[in-house]
Amino acid sequence: MTITWESIKEGDTLPELKKKPGVTQLVKYAAGSGDFNPLHHDYNFFQSQAIGSIIVHGRFKYASLGELVSNWLGHNGFIKKISCQYRGMDFPDKELICKGTVDRKWEEGGEKLAELTVFA
Amino acid sequence: MAEQFELTQEMKDKIGWKSQPWTYEVTTTSVRAFARGVGYTDPIYFDVDAAKKAGYRNLPAPPSYLGTTVFIPGQTDDTFSFPPGYSPEIDSGMTGLLDGGTEVEYFDTICAGDTLTAVNRLTDLSVKESKSLGKMLVVSTEATYKNQDDKVVAIQRSQIIFY
Repeated sequence: MTITWESIKEGDTLPELKKKPGVTQLVKYAAGSGDFNPLHHDYNFFQSQAIGSIIVHGRFKYASLGELVSNWLGHNGFIKKISCQYRGMDFPDKELICKGTVDRKWEEGGEKLAELTVFA
Repeated sequence: MAEQFELTQEMKDKIGWKSQPWTYEVTTTSVRAFARGVGYTDPIYFDVDAAKKAGYRNLPAPPSYLGTTVFIPGQTDDTFSFPPGYSPEIDSGMTGLLDGGTEVEYFDTICAGDTLTAVNRLTDLSVKESKSLGKMLVVSTEATYKNQDDKVVAIQRSQIIFY
């Protein structure tokens, strides 16, 4: 399915992206991103012991929201701006559901724009 | 948990600090490794032919790829893979570290084969208090990425929390 700016409507929802990142996925993300903070793979690290578990990289969740939008766009558009705040910690092997809606669609300076809310 | 923490004048004086430029190449291997780490199944991030068919000059960097690094032993930060002198040094005395959030503004597509040069800047320091973590220091930075044509392709604004 190819989306176009003309075909999207305010209020549209994006197809959900479901993941269940386990330790192995987090290790792959550590290698791919260069973020080797032990809090994301080492249960013996002092911060992991204090929290009681390793936690999912905030940036893994952020990148997953990027994936949600990328899958929806299907390379028929360009992400101009993407921002993400971390509201809480997530633990390995728990389902992470990424969702999004189209909030606004408008034209400005010859550009066809849309603004989305995305969250996991 | 930090009960007391105040910004010192020495810390405040660092606002506006700029890093040395950090130049690194975006490669097909690093795009694939990042895409695999996130869990992408879209072939455009893995297969150069698929990327070219979609109109890219090479594998495109997925959203939030910025910050992915090239490691040089003895120079690069061993944990976060940042190059030397890239992150502002704030001696807060707090060891807990959390990522607060990130915003990236893109001005052009970034693809494998590009060479990026980033300059990081300390834009703000603030103290917040959380019920569970006590006093927290929020470090805000802004990194500007230029490509091989000296064009600004992205600006990344980040918040790191020490507690």
